[in-house]
Amino acid sequence: MHPPVTIIEPREGWPAPDLRELWSYRELLFFLVWRDVKVRYKQTALGASWAIIQPFFTMVVFSLFFGKLAGVPSDDLPYPIFSYAALVPWTFFAQGLTQSSNSLVASQNLIKKVYFPRLAIPTATVLAGVVDFVLAFVVLLGMMAFYGIVPTAQVVWLPALLLLALVTSLGVGLWFSALNVMYRDVAYVVPFVVQLWLFATPIAYPSSMLPEPWRTLYGLNPMAGVVEGFRWTLLGTETAPEPMLAVSALAAVAILVGGAFYFRRMERSFADEV
Amino acid sequence: MSNVAIRVEGIGKRYRLGAARPRFPTLRDALVSTTQKAARTLTSPIRSLRERIPLETFWALRDVSFEVAEGEVVGIIGGNGAGKSTLLKILSRITTPTEGRAEIHGRVGSLLEVGTGFHPELTGRENIFLNGAILGMTRQEIALKFDEIVAFAEVERFIDTPVKHYSSGMYLRLAFAVAAHLEPEILIVDEVLAVGDASFQKKCLGKMGDVARQGRTVLFVSHNMDAVQRLCSRAMMLERGRVVVEGPTASVVSRYLSRDLGKAAPTTPVSLSDVRRVGSGEVRFQTVCYSSGDEAVGLQAHPGGPLEFTLLVESDADRHVESMAVSICTRNGTLLVNADSLELGQAVPLSKGPNVVVIRIAALHLNPGSYSVGLWAGDALATTLDYIEEAFELEVVPVQSQGFGVTPGVEATVPCDFAVESRGSLQSAPVNIVAD
Repeated sequence: MHPPVTIIEPREGWPAPDLRELWSYRELLFFLVWRDVKVRYKQTALGASWAIIQPFFTMVVFSLFFGKLAGVPSDDLPYPIFSYAALVPWTFFAQGLTQSSNSLVASQNLIKKVYFPRLAIPTATVLAGVVDFVLAFVVLLGMMAFYGIVPTAQVVWLPALLLLALVTSLGVGLWFSALNVMYRDVAYVVPFVVQLWLFATPIAYPSSMLPEPWRTLYGLNPMAGVVEGFRWTLLGTETAPEPMLAVSALAAVAILVGGAFYFRRMERSFADEV
Repeated sequence: MSNVAIRVEGIGKRYRLGAARPRFPTLRDALVSTTQKAARTLTSPIRSLRERIPLETFWALRDVSFEVAEGEVVGIIGGNGAGKSTLLKILSRITTPTEGRAEIHGRVGSLLEVGTGFHPELTGRENIFLNGAILGMTRQEIALKFDEIVAFAEVERFIDTPVKHYSSGMYLRLAFAVAAHLEPEILIVDEVLAVGDASFQKKCLGKMGDVARQGRTVLFVSHNMDAVQRLCSRAMMLERGRVVVEGPTASVVSRYLSRDLGKAAPTTPVSLSDVRRVGSGEVRFQTVCYSSGDEAVGLQAHPGGPLEFTLLVESDADRHVESMAVSICTRNGTLLVNADSLELGQAVPLSKGPNVVVIRIAALHLNPGSYSVGLWAGDALATTLDYIEEAFELEVVPVQSQGFGVTPGVEATVPCDFAVESRGSLQSAPVNIVAD
């Protein structure tokens, strides 16, 4: 029997991300996700309800100020459910982005002492957010029942939309987490980016305010596609966002692939620089 | 003929020196320098090429080549900063080499620290699984060895308690227990045996011995020459990033022990700016000097005499340091004396800027010889502010004994107060042997 042979050599250039290796470490990935889920709300008084409180109260504030006072249109839907259906995937995205950006720095003692594919760290962080998403989503279902809204047949696309949010979150998270190793400025940049991105995404307002072709181009912000997709599949908004979604999917994949290559290139210096 | 397990060919690792640029350059610096570089490339392409060569660099490891056969246990020794840890990090794939090549045949498990990835909020049970997975065990393997691990760590009663409530001893025992049950073909170990109390250390050493006897390949770094001699058949000594001797353990160890460490004279402050240290750097030892205050022996340290260490300590803020200590080790690395403020329950107040701290040992129970002195500052939870394992070498000199002018031929490390008294001959007492 031949034991596995590991070759250790200097690494240069832009190596491709090693997905096979990541797959062989899937058990570790599982344990990292499990740890993040278990630990996330430890020693908090409200525990997992935080996963609901954040999007829910943002929805309340948005409904008051944008819905009532400013009279922002909401595609003929009650404003609260219009904004909450967008805030659920948005919160998943924003949390994943924030936490994965910080994930490498937060795990520096692991990085300095043990080898495993570094990609597992930000990936696990984003995946752990799915649990929060599910909790907030249950509340969304409750609100739909309250308003008597029945999801359309497009609801089969929902997992794909969640995947799109995940890909975007991880893609941007990979860029930021790798940059954060070298430049701690990232810790200050991220909250700012998330805030701007929130308003650049049709959460408080509908993308139907834009005429075509601008609306399709809006899909370059993948979260615009995700948010409009959620409304389309669950609330049955009539503005079919298919072209916009296609643009969003392409943009998200581009961000993820770019992020993965950049991450892989920087990976070799993580243990020395972090 | 045994197979090669590890083959290392001309491995080198170059680091950029910290002084050459700030530890965390800001994004702004990067943007400015990129823009400048671009501008310069346009104006003068040749000069910009030259500037790409980093100036302040040093080789932590250079031109290291060796082979380890399957089933061999090899010790790696060397002073601080010799490159031992860098070598292990490269072989564990934590960092990449700058040059050279290494081949490893078999599944590698590396233990550069115990308890890596332990989470304080998780229970002992949960941490065993998490830590096991991080060290490369499968879930099945961990489940299979779970009871054995718990028994080894002696924490059965607390297995479902979050580890943040563990005593530091329990924590370390659990951490080591997980690591000790790792069963890869090749094991890379860095100085992890120095945990827990003496009896647990013995148990750890025993476990390492078992691992070695099972025919696993082991690379073992330690400062504890006793452990190296007990476990390893072959050893390698590194100095300034290069292999200087390689061969049977005994001869390499004796070479290591005879190497020249900087000996310090009493009352002469030893600068600590160039020594190897670890810690957050919030507190830094600047200089240290010692004196016994005894003019008769030229202020030298001597057995049974007092010894005073004067430390110049720089702090970045006003703080109380819970644990500040001077430790004295044999050249073998065995810890003999640890004068720690933690034991007195007395935090050391430091002001922002330089401070002077004096640690005074009333009576030094060490026999004449050379010892190495270490300095430590940290908190009660063992967070390291500054730690220098070998600050300088201390010579304990003999004092004129009142006896026959000669000292015993056999030298022990620790003197004791003792008396010898003759109670007279058994013969001189009247003994009646009555015969029939």
